[in-house]
Order: sequence, then structure tokens, then C-alpha cells
Amino acid sequence: MTTSMIFFILLAILAIASAVAMIASRSAIYSALFLVLNFLAVAVIYLMLGAPFVSLAQITVYAGAIMILFIFVIMLLGTKKLDSEEPLKWQRPLAILLSTALVIEGAYVLVTRIGSHALATAATSELADPKTLGMVLFQKYALPFEIVSVILLVAAIGAVVLSRHDSKPGGN
Amino acid sequence: MYPLIFPLALAGILFSIGVVGFLIRKNAIIVFMSLELMFNAANLVFITFANYFQNVNGQVIVIFIMTTAAAEVAVGLALIVSIFRSRHSISVDDLNKLKG
Repeated sequence: MTTSMIFFILLAILAIASAVAMIASRSAIYSALFLVLNFLAVAVIYLMLGAPFVSLAQITVYAGAIMILFIFVIMLLGTKKLDSEEPLKWQRPLAILLSTALVIEGAYVLVTRIGSHALATAATSELADPKTLGMVLFQKYALPFEIVSVILLVAAIGAVVLSRHDSKPGGN
Repeated sequence: MYPLIFPLALAGILFSIGVVGFLIRKNAIIVFMSLELMFNAANLVFITFANYFQNVNGQVIVIFIMTTAAAEVAVGLALIVSIFRSRHSISVDDLNKLKG
């Protein structure tokens, strides 16, 4: 068992524990903070897998921008706890049962198909270089890049339109 | 060196936790956060295989997924704020107006 393996297992335990705490915590704001912790742990795993640019983008975009948006909305809507009456009694055990079945099926496929292939601990410097990523992004994927920028613009306009206060009749 | 199966198993477990959160929580914001957790698991698989095949395309796809997730979060949270304004609740169980 190498050092990087131990490090990976610690990060994986951190990521899984924070994910479980995220869905289990009663308060929405604690959930958001646990999700930030989960994103940070996964970002460090990206770094170990030789993707430093994506790792830092994960920290700034996911753990930074997106989670700030979540926390703003939680603060806007209040953090009062929802009443825990269950209209569907069987929903929770069934969800846990089916998700456990998903994990077992996934584990079966992984063990039988993937077997014992090994990953490079540190990727080649060419793969880890943001320059390589930028070259591929702006040459091979130039059109998808432009389409994604239009999607972002449409989403920003849509968010503004949806959350606009309009008291004029018919102005919804 | 560590086995390829480790990050893939982690991604599967995170995805399943996201599924459970999506199904059992009532708060629409936490349902959304579970969705982000599932996105994250998918990204982890892409990064893992980018490393395994030593091919940068997987990382590019992750950047696209992140951008799309950001757009989706902006629209989704605007919808939640809008629903809260008209229904005064963000519990997904209260959104049953379309039920016959």
C-alpha cells in the first residue's frame, strides 16, 4: 500500500462522509457547507489524477460560485426547517434499498470488468499542463465552447426573467 | 500507482448518495444539491478515464459539464425563488397543484 493510496482512501472517506452528512443534516445551510467540503475533497482527488486546471476550476466555480449562489438562496428563503410529516411512508426505505442495489450492481460490474488495471499516480506533464487543455478546448472543441457560452447567456437571462418582480397585470 | 477501481467506486458511491438525497429530502434546495453531487460523481469518472487513457478530452468534457451545471443551477434557483414567492413553501411535497 503506497502513500498515494492511503492519501486517496482518506480523501474518499472524507468525500463520502461529507456527502452523507449533506443529505442527513436537518439545516439547509449545514448541507450546503458539507457539500462545499465534498467538492474540496473531490478537487484534491482531481489534483491527484493529474488535472490541476480542472481541480482549481472545481474549487472556484463549484465550491465558490455555485455554492455561494445556493447559500444566498437559502438565506433569502429563510432556514426554517420543513415539517417532517411523511405523505409516502415507504419512500425513504425504498430509496435506500434501491440505491444500495445500485451500489451493489455497480460494484459487481466494476469488479468483473475493470479488474486490477492501475492508474498512473502522476499524469504525464503534457496531460497535466493547462496549455494542452487550452489547445484542445479552443481548437477541437471551439464550436461546443461557443454553444456553451450561449447556454450560459440564455441561463443568465432566464434567471433574471424568472426572478423578476412584476406587479403589472399580465407582465409575468 | 493505485487501482483504477478506487476512483470509479468512489464515484459510484457518491452518485448513489446523491440519488438517495434526491429521493428522500423534501427541501427543494437540498434536492438540487443532491443533483450537484451526482454531477460531481460523473465528473470524477471523466477525470479518472482522462488519466487512464492519458487523453485530455475527458478534462475538456468536465469543463463543459461544469458550465452547464452552473447554467442549470442559475435557472433552477430562480425557479425555486419564484415558486417560493407564489406558494410560500419550498417543500417538494407541496408542489402537487397539477395532481388530478
